[in-house]
Amino acid sequence: MTRRIFMPGLVALVLVLFALSLLIGPAGFGLGDSLRALIGGQGDAVTLVMREIRLPRAILAVMVGVSLGLSGAALQGYLRNPLAEPGLIGVSGSAALGAVIALQTGFAALFALALPLAALIGALIAVMLILLLAGPRGGSITLILAGIAISALAGALTSLALNLSPNPFAVSETVFWMLGSLSDRSFVHVWIALPFMAVGWLLLSLTGRGLEALTLGEDAAQAMGIDLRLLRLSVVLGTAASVGAATAVAGAIGFVGLVVPHILRPFVGARPGRLLWASALGGAAMVLAADIAVRLVLPDRDLKLGVLMAIVGAPLFLHLIYKTRRAMA
Amino acid sequence: MTLLSLENLTVMRRSCPVVDTASLTIDKGEVVGLIGPNGAGKTTLLRAALGLLPFKGISSLARMTPRDRAKAAAWMPQAREIAWPVAVETLVMLGRVPYLSGGQKPGEADHDAVRRAIADMGLTGFEERAATDLSGGEQARVLIARTLAQDCPLILADEPIAGLDPGHQIATLNLFRSIAAQGKSVLVSLHDLGLAARHCTRLILMHQGRIVADGAPAPVLTPDNLHDVFGISAHVQDGPDGMIFQPLEVMR
Repeated sequence: MTRRIFMPGLVALVLVLFALSLLIGPAGFGLGDSLRALIGGQGDAVTLVMREIRLPRAILAVMVGVSLGLSGAALQGYLRNPLAEPGLIGVSGSAALGAVIALQTGFAALFALALPLAALIGALIAVMLILLLAGPRGGSITLILAGIAISALAGALTSLALNLSPNPFAVSETVFWMLGSLSDRSFVHVWIALPFMAVGWLLLSLTGRGLEALTLGEDAAQAMGIDLRLLRLSVVLGTAASVGAATAVAGAIGFVGLVVPHILRPFVGARPGRLLWASALGGAAMVLAADIAVRLVLPDRDLKLGVLMAIVGAPLFLHLIYKTRRAMA
Repeated sequence: MTLLSLENLTVMRRSCPVVDTASLTIDKGEVVGLIGPNGAGKTTLLRAALGLLPFKGISSLARMTPRDRAKAAAWMPQAREIAWPVAVETLVMLGRVPYLSGGQKPGEADHDAVRRAIADMGLTGFEERAATDLSGGEQARVLIARTLAQDCPLILADEPIAGLDPGHQIATLNLFRSIAAQGKSVLVSLHDLGLAARHCTRLILMHQGRIVADGAPAPVLTPDNLHDVFGISAHVQDGPDGMIFQPLEVMR
């Protein structure tokens, strides 16, 4: 009963938050003005703000949230571990490294898309290294180890780039970029991220059946006809494409992929396949809400989305651990 | 009709053969007990037969496509893994995965198979409970039910009754016999030789990777075999409903 209204409820929540995200901003237009400008406006200031600033920002929030939620749920299902998150396989770290290198070398300033492109290349290199390191058989342990190694290496190289930077301005720009944000994005960012994310979402959405079977372990799943190598490839490539693209346009945003599947799991009867789309919607709702919050809490100080997410996400996660511990006792 | 045939199956771990040129066939209507001491190669034999391990030789199951194999043989691994707190009914329904393509809703036949499997394992009333909240023995029964729901001509089960209470151990083996009476077969590794002697139609004895005896329980569980393979002596008697077997002492 509660499950029947659960998915429509999530869709409604995303729609409401999307509308709110369109209506909130420093320009402070009236409700009627905003909607009129969005739908039928003729090039005045309100139309420009609505169509070129707020709309892409809200769309990006949905896209980034779907990517993080979906890949978090897929990774938790694949690794059969509720602590897994997209950052675990090193994709976001490597995408950040690509962006940092672009910012530090000045490549980012060459053309508008240089920064996200560099981040995507970073994510791509990471995926190839991880698949190479994790070996040909479909095991999950080697994947985790490879991911940790790549994450550590990407983190170290990011620090090195900052450490050796001759330009303090570039350092601060890099640090702010790494905090993660959706402000000052345009449709150009939407269009560069969307193809990668769409491919990633498609790959991840095909993993549901395999993830369900993996509930019984790798041996049983394989004996039920699941191709574990194909499953792993779909999970890794899907995560890399969607989270790589998300990091490329929004910087590193943590906790969404970790916390959202964790919160929603009880509502889908713990089924890893059903959790995929629930987490996609939940992730979209969470990023939209957080992006609204950064505009409301400190409107003048450009509070970064990633910072707010970590500040809210960490205690939330502690609460979840506490609840899990009580359930186990 | 043969449900499984292995010819000279060999599995190497580094340079050491864990299963050494094992050959066997399983026909319809058998409950075959795979027995042998720890490390004899029972699990490895079963996994290789399913094509879950690289091996040399021939296995009729491993030659099939994964999808066909999943309809020809159901596998219950020794590790009783249940990763998420899913409902018992949901877990048993996973046995229908080979019959459902991605996103397809289970039909009436699937629900029937699940209901039957749940009833057969005495789990009626447990359907809505989270599988991870059950006791170890109950979880084992849920996993056996999942294997039954897969509805295959052959079931391969790796120590399915370890950790079950005596009533459920006997009930499970009786169930395997009634499955065999329907023309299906079960290949099951067991450590309880008394239950194996009484409930299996045939025993296969493994020692150091080799199959050393294969036949009806009485000719397999000879004093010589027990001494050479297990290092034990046993009391054996013909009861009214089959062999009564009680291990007595360590002989080494």
